[in-house]
Amino acid sequence: MDDTDKAIINYLQKGFPICESPYQLVSEQLGIPEAELLQRLQKLLDEGTLSRFGPMYHAEAMGGALTLAAIKAPEQQFDEIAEIINRFPEVAHNYQRNHDLNLWFVIATESSDRIQEVIQSIEEQTRLQVYNMPKCKEYFVQLQLEA
Amino acid sequence: MIDQQDLQLLKTIQHGLPITSRPYAEIGKQIGLNETEVIERIALFMQTGLIKRLGVIVKHQRLGYTANAMVVFDIPDHRVSEVGESISKARFVNLCYQRPRQGKQWPYNLYCMIHGKSREKVCQQLQQLIKSRDLDPYDREILFSKQCFKQRGALYFTPSPSPLSVANG
Repeated sequence: MDDTDKAIINYLQKGFPICESPYQLVSEQLGIPEAELLQRLQKLLDEGTLSRFGPMYHAEAMGGALTLAAIKAPEQQFDEIAEIINRFPEVAHNYQRNHDLNLWFVIATESSDRIQEVIQSIEEQTRLQVYNMPKCKEYFVQLQLEA
Repeated sequence: MIDQQDLQLLKTIQHGLPITSRPYAEIGKQIGLNETEVIERIALFMQTGLIKRLGVIVKHQRLGYTANAMVVFDIPDHRVSEVGESISKARFVNLCYQRPRQGKQWPYNLYCMIHGKSREKVCQQLQQLIKSRDLDPYDREILFSKQCFKQRGALYFTPSPSPLSVANG
């Protein structure tokens, strides 16, 4: 990955034009030929530096629901609890973090009612309280990760 | 309201945009719309917020971002919007959300993610954030991730059950 690749990644994290020749427009901004941009972008995707190039949907606007939840898993049952949570197809991310609240996971469902059902099932199966922290407000961040 | 063709369009682009000179024409060919119709519909999805962003999603690890911190603050309610707006402008803040407090045990209402190249670097950036925004009087905690058990990409249209997902949790 060289400086041109980095410039492409940083530029395309901020957005992509919606017009007939969007790559042409981006390549002019970056000062490289369009063909080179296409080739480099394809390579970054192929080698896995980029996981995706396309839309990020707004879950709630799509009719779905998302929440961030956490649980205090006792040390000796930790792996078992993590496994129970991971088994739910509605659990999208699950991270262990250094805190009493040591498992943090995102629940994503097709409807908001379903979030409560999933939380209830997790509580029944783990016999632990699930802390539910849905977002009240999202603050817009322009650049995700500087390359 | 979205119609069947919108749905078809959203399904077609969820895995990615074509990397060719006229990507919107290419998408249109697959679903029986012309280039202008695709452009107009996607522009409308952006306007209405159905699509939050169009662009690349990077793999943290590949860019060397191995330290992943969730930083939480207890900000007085009357200041939380202002502080949220302000910290989300810092270059190294990758996500910023306001969330409900969970009683005395977890009184935090403002969350931000900092993905950094090392824990030391993330701690430095956090100190910088606190200093520049006068956040020192407020309680906070920094939670580094130790292990990622599951990280699924964004999939909105799958055979049932159809999970929604987010990037960069």
